[in-house]
Amino acid sequence: MSTLLNQSPAPTSTPIQHRKIAGFLSNRRGRTLLIIGLCLLFFASVIVSSNLMGNNGLGTDLNTRHTAPTLAHPFGTDWLGRDMFARTVRGLSLSLFVGLTAAAISAVLGVILGTLSATFGGVVDTAITWLIDVFMSLPHLVLLILIAFVVGGGVQGVIISVAVTHWPGLARIMRAEVLQLKSTDYVLLSARLGHSPWWIARHHMLPHLFPQFLVGLILLFPHAILHEAAITFIGVGLNPTTPAIGIILAESTRYLSAGYWWLGVLPGLTLLIAVKAFDILGQNVRSLLDPKTSHE
Amino acid sequence: MALPLLFLFLSYEYEKPKNMKLLLLRFAGRKLFRLIILMLTVSVLSFILLSLSPIDPVRAYIGADMLRVSPEQRAIIAQRWGLNEPPVTRYFLWLGQALSGNLGISMIYNDAVIHVISIRFLASIVLIALAWIISGLLGFALGVAAGSRENSLVDRLIRFYAYTLASTPAFWLGLLLLIIFAVTLKLTPVGGIAPPGLTPDDLPIWERLQYLILPALTLSITGVANIALHTRQKLIDVLNSDYALFARAQGETNASLIRQHGLRNIALPAITLQFASFSELFGGTILVEQVFAYPGLGQATVEAGVRGDAPLLLGIVLFSAIFVFVGNTMADLVYSLVDPRIRISKGAKAT
Repeated sequence: MSTLLNQSPAPTSTPIQHRKIAGFLSNRRGRTLLIIGLCLLFFASVIVSSNLMGNNGLGTDLNTRHTAPTLAHPFGTDWLGRDMFARTVRGLSLSLFVGLTAAAISAVLGVILGTLSATFGGVVDTAITWLIDVFMSLPHLVLLILIAFVVGGGVQGVIISVAVTHWPGLARIMRAEVLQLKSTDYVLLSARLGHSPWWIARHHMLPHLFPQFLVGLILLFPHAILHEAAITFIGVGLNPTTPAIGIILAESTRYLSAGYWWLGVLPGLTLLIAVKAFDILGQNVRSLLDPKTSHE
Repeated sequence: MALPLLFLFLSYEYEKPKNMKLLLLRFAGRKLFRLIILMLTVSVLSFILLSLSPIDPVRAYIGADMLRVSPEQRAIIAQRWGLNEPPVTRYFLWLGQALSGNLGISMIYNDAVIHVISIRFLASIVLIALAWIISGLLGFALGVAAGSRENSLVDRLIRFYAYTLASTPAFWLGLLLLIIFAVTLKLTPVGGIAPPGLTPDDLPIWERLQYLILPALTLSITGVANIALHTRQKLIDVLNSDYALFARAQGETNASLIRQHGLRNIALPAITLQFASFSELFGGTILVEQVFAYPGLGQATVEAGVRGDAPLLLGIVLFSAIFVFVGNTMADLVYSLVDPRIRISKGAKAT
């Protein structure tokens, strides 16, 4: 509706440039694209600034220990006088890296297993569905601790443990999706017309499944990042000198009763914003890709 | 050989059993069978995983005294633990012991695993139960408040709150509560379960509550968002239904409409969701107990993971699977008890 209204020339004296921007923002599609852009910009700036800063601000300076947030140190300093803002950005970019890698591996696993399960059926389907059930029958964190314990610590260990615990949800969705597609009229008709299963997979299944995969992937990020933070917080994953958000927060618990609130509050808030941004990104990409809502 | 027969017996479709007792029995039988298979799978998988672990159990057991223990002594320990047997033999040795109720000895607590788990769980269940009640009541109330007036200011505020909570790390929220209520306002203790040197049994109930309230609140938070959003959506669906329109046409007010038609219809999904949240609650206690230094099962899980206590970790994995299973089974049961339209046999099949 709104796009139609925007196309009719409005009798105003504003310059065309302005009207274009206003028109872009007044429909949902434009706003969605803008939000997506802002989210991407946020992540890019975290990663780029973390790389640009290098070791700036991470050095110890015992003269400025435990300073509350000031202009020079927006997030305050810690017990060694290190700038908390620098540490937070560092930690966040590590968390983003771990979260992104783990979520990507997890999503690929989910798609492969879900599709295999639906395509082959029979024993394969039973085995994979049962595996999904078993994974879902354990609390997520217990599974994470178990797997982190098995693969050992380090960034690699955390990535593996987050990656192999997040696929069941997407696998289940993909399985249902493929099963549904397999029984649709146009796929059945296509098979009757003599197209090979491979042709059907490429021309009918893939275009349908790819958006699902993309949205599933993006919506996995917040979970992956939260779980990465959780597992480093409890100390199973990385060693205590790595500047990960979870480790920074775990460290802050020792200084809370001394009143150094900024050590925990601000890094956590940054993490919250990052997670929220991914969530918003996922919701917006979904509404853009879903044919039901893409024209609103 | 009895298992396949049992399975055949349980999956056999009877001619519309009218007897409620029989239905319940079959439901229980099916669930029990599922639980047994689940426990076997989980234990086999965990066993494989743990035997792949690079951590040497003897080294983990000895710890800092490694230099004072000679290789011969280490070999004796390995011998006594049966570490030289092949993994399959080890699994069956373990299974035999586990079936007779012996899950081994926890290295870090130097106590039987079953004993450690039961003591720790008794501490955690108080926390879990409190959080469960808070999140259920609060989430339901917020959901009704939001759903009764769709898109009003209240609705938008509650929705924003719920969505933000859903992406908040629970342990960070615990830290915030600690800073506000324990450090700044000094209303509650900073952590633990009782003052040093005392046990909770020495304290009157309100003092025990002081130690419980912050962890329980933190633990309830994820659940609140979930319940509130689902309840809201259900209530909106009910209020937009034909029968609600008809009731309005007959002069029913919004409040009485919610009371008469709304609550009955939205109670069921809320209760089910609440029982299905056992998994998240268990995971949540791990983080919350870490923040508040609360000596429950969650803390033991972390200790077992960090310090390489394989028997305890295996025990906790199995225990958590049972805990989640009980929650899901209760959700199924409640479903069929509250809603007469849903038969138990159906509910059991669907899961």
